[in-house]
Amino acid sequence: MISDRIGGEGKIRLLGRRMFIISAAKTVVVLGIVGRLISLQINESKKYKTLSDKNRFREWKFAPPRGIIRDYFGNNIASNRQVYQLHVIPENAENINDLFFRLKNILNLSDKEVFRLRRKIESQKPWDSVIVSDNLTWSEFSRINLFLHELQGVEPTISVARIYHQESFSHVIGYVSQISKKDLQNKEYLKNKNVAGMRVGKTGLENKLDPEMVGSIGYKRYEVNAFGKRIREISISQGQSGKTFKTTLDLELQKLSTKLLKDKAGSVCVMDIYKGDIVVMASSPTFDPNKFVHGISQKDWNQLLQHRDKPLVNKAISGLYPPGSNIKILVTISALENDVVNPKMVQQCKGHIEFHGEKFHCWKKKGHGFVDMKEAIKQSCDVYFYEVARRLGVDRLSETAKKFGLGKKVLEGFIEEKQGVVPNVKWKKTNIGKGWYLGETLHSGIGQGYWQTTPLQLCLVMAQIANGGYQIKPRIILRDKSFEGLEEFIRNKETLRENLDLLDEFIPGLKYKTLFKNQENINFVKEALFKATNEPRGTSYRSRLTKKGFIFAGKTGTSQIRKFTALQRELEIKNVDLPYEQRDHALFVAFAPYHDPRYAISVVIEHGGAGSSTAAPIAKQVIKKLLERHSLREVQQNKGKSV
Amino acid sequence: MFKPGAIVSHLTFRDKVFSLDMILVVSILLLGIISCFAMYSTDGGEFAYHTKSHIVRFFIFFLLFFVVSFFSSSFWYNSSTIFYLIVLALLILVKYFGLTSSGSQRWLNLYFLNLQPSELMKIGLILFLAKYYHKISSTDVNRLRYFFQPLVALLAPVLLVVIQPDLGTSVLIAAGGIAVIWLAGVKMKFFAYLGIIFLSIAPVVISFLKPYQKSRILTFLDPSRDPLGAGYQITQSKIAIGSGGLFGKGFLNGSQSYLDYLPEKHTDFIFTLFSEEFGFFGSISILTLYMLITWRIVRLGNMVRNSFGKFYCYSFATAFFIYVAVNMGMVLGLIPIVGAPLPILSYGGSSMMAIMLGLGIAMSCGIHKDQAIG
Repeated sequence: MISDRIGGEGKIRLLGRRMFIISAAKTVVVLGIVGRLISLQINESKKYKTLSDKNRFREWKFAPPRGIIRDYFGNNIASNRQVYQLHVIPENAENINDLFFRLKNILNLSDKEVFRLRRKIESQKPWDSVIVSDNLTWSEFSRINLFLHELQGVEPTISVARIYHQESFSHVIGYVSQISKKDLQNKEYLKNKNVAGMRVGKTGLENKLDPEMVGSIGYKRYEVNAFGKRIREISISQGQSGKTFKTTLDLELQKLSTKLLKDKAGSVCVMDIYKGDIVVMASSPTFDPNKFVHGISQKDWNQLLQHRDKPLVNKAISGLYPPGSNIKILVTISALENDVVNPKMVQQCKGHIEFHGEKFHCWKKKGHGFVDMKEAIKQSCDVYFYEVARRLGVDRLSETAKKFGLGKKVLEGFIEEKQGVVPNVKWKKTNIGKGWYLGETLHSGIGQGYWQTTPLQLCLVMAQIANGGYQIKPRIILRDKSFEGLEEFIRNKETLRENLDLLDEFIPGLKYKTLFKNQENINFVKEALFKATNEPRGTSYRSRLTKKGFIFAGKTGTSQIRKFTALQRELEIKNVDLPYEQRDHALFVAFAPYHDPRYAISVVIEHGGAGSSTAAPIAKQVIKKLLERHSLREVQQNKGKSV
Repeated sequence: MFKPGAIVSHLTFRDKVFSLDMILVVSILLLGIISCFAMYSTDGGEFAYHTKSHIVRFFIFFLLFFVVSFFSSSFWYNSSTIFYLIVLALLILVKYFGLTSSGSQRWLNLYFLNLQPSELMKIGLILFLAKYYHKISSTDVNRLRYFFQPLVALLAPVLLVVIQPDLGTSVLIAAGGIAVIWLAGVKMKFFAYLGIIFLSIAPVVISFLKPYQKSRILTFLDPSRDPLGAGYQITQSKIAIGSGGLFGKGFLNGSQSYLDYLPEKHTDFIFTLFSEEFGFFGSISILTLYMLITWRIVRLGNMVRNSFGKFYCYSFATAFFIYVAVNMGMVLGLIPIVGAPLPILSYGGSSMMAIMLGLGIAMSCGIHKDQAIG
């Protein structure tokens, strides 16, 4: 008997029905749970595994050693050195305020610096380290290590940083500094490389080669807990150091050039006339690029910016100067090539000529008397070249100048390089909006007026004349394609011509581009330049070298940066009497040795006065050492070949 | 098979042992053992505080299960009202003398343990209502005057728990009570009215909710609302379970819990930890054990020959199922995080005590299935 007092069968049946509904509901719920498990643990398991790993692992990235830059002989110009750094991981510090207070006492941190660090800490995750100092002295580093037990959260680190061994290379090599927002926007290769301690090239080769020199970043991967605390190290990758580059530069010559430029503002460029190898590219005054590596102080930065002689500017490629009498080389070639004058043409120089009522002066007040073309180049007679330029016209001159490389950048990838100006009628119309005056043609004929050239461009012009009129492409990185075979080709051609009486028809279709119609014209200029340096009354006669094999040929130039007033002319005002900013630039271009030439050189001294008195003597000393070191260079080249 | 005179009034100890439902006992034991290992894992693979105290509690309360089941079901029938009233009194005491932890006043300090009366109320309410519906005739069930007592008995503890505040437990208490009322045969429309009333007072209740409770509910509705705030728990739990995959990361290798990404891994999120370490197959095994237990309790209810026993077993089975479903649904991100432990697996003495007590009473009903009650 069932024990219910009341109810009985009906109650039980109702209970069964209700229980059935509950069971049905349970089934639905269980299916829901199972379905969810399938979806999470089977279908989407991959996604959640990734998310779980993302939780678990955290990477600390660090910058790899930067690629090294060497000179032609393998000397390090820019390399890396060990530096002692101090990193702080905020979350590991017990009290960040106390820690900074302690560090301030140990390291002499300024309040400003502490403020900057605090701001940085606030802007990032508590487990991301901040670099308190990236270049500690050994004594500071050891002091930190001494107190390490009471400085929680502090991590003394030994790292590598850029070091520049020579201030003489500051411009051509450039410098590295911290990544800026602009760098991140403009440089695709820096994506994912913005890590603590990373440096990027800002100027010069450091900038040009940056994509290959930064290397690939290393990382340490840790397992971290939910609070960001490192539990254990999982893996470590040292990253890949950047590529090392060998350049065509010569450390010794660069040093000498910089020494000769000391206390002057100017530049020296030396180029191999066949291969286009840039042996020297010096600019003065120079600066210490090491200051940029760890962040230059505001004071030093202002000093560099406000310096009268603009130390940060690489004057060899960014300095723009009217070429002065240097242009007479191209005027001569252009006139001969275009057949507008006969080299035998004689012109009387009375110190000036009148042209449409305007007076055009020669640099020599008394005049040169009757001169032919060679003599005009040798003595740099302005009156003669006024006449040549008048007959030639500025457009034909500008065409020749462009052919020889003026008006465009010589190198690739140097952001600071300027292209200069080769004036002509069209150029003036578009850029100044006025018609061309004939008088301007005369000024252009002696390299004044609108002309703007860089010292490297002038050096290139000289090189392409010295090699007999063949186009070359200058290089500074040894890896770049060189005109290796050009020298051989030229020599063979000379022999062939002598033996087989083959003429210029031999040349077309060859890979070497000639810049002349008749090579005699090039040779004519070379001979004239020889006279200018090696015969009495030549403009650079006082700077000649007489030793066999050292004889060179060159052209002086003086570029005016103001117009002489009639009064000044009358008073025979000397350059040194003028205020510094108004003094002429002194220029000198040359090739050496004269017989069997090898190198071209250009020297520019800002506000140095006449080219013959300041620029040529520097060129002379550089050429002397250059030729002395030539055999070493050849040995090095053969070494490279045999390897 | 209702044979008059077949009433067995005196079972020997041996009879009782032999009439224990061994499948139920083994399932409980298995879950208990699994729970000890899970706890060992939450302690980071060390035999530490949580593990030790969980093992001790499990075996003490497992013993309690047998003791309870050997008491006759009429004993439980007779003491159900007084049991309910004592727990209700304790709930009122909590209001005044309770211990507060994480903003919620839930525990009574009994010196040897911190008792959470709301957990015991889960069983107390079911007992009370099972007895109540056992007493009245099925024709009276839907009479208005018989609604009054169950409703008060249900609402009093639920409200006391809500104000602690402990939304999770109050929901679970209510679920058990409603299960009994439903099984007693109260008409559907009554539940409909109750639903309408609930909806109309919901805004009032919401105004009493703590901000964190509100944000939990809102976060459930849109988990991406606040990924590092209230949504963090759901997100991390889903990552842990999902990353477990088919076979899991292996015992003691659950990186999510090991590295402290899982919140409350000892208690509410113990299933997440297990799921991460043992994968889909592990999760399904646990679920199966729970279903086995539910099925065996229902089966006991089927065999019991008095309506108190039936009401109790069915209701408790339903409530037990709801506890499991709510906890799993919560950690799987199917329902809001309300703070509901997983029976047996979760760390917590009161919860373990209540579940073992509930299971023991069901077993007692099973053992004394032929006993006359009332």
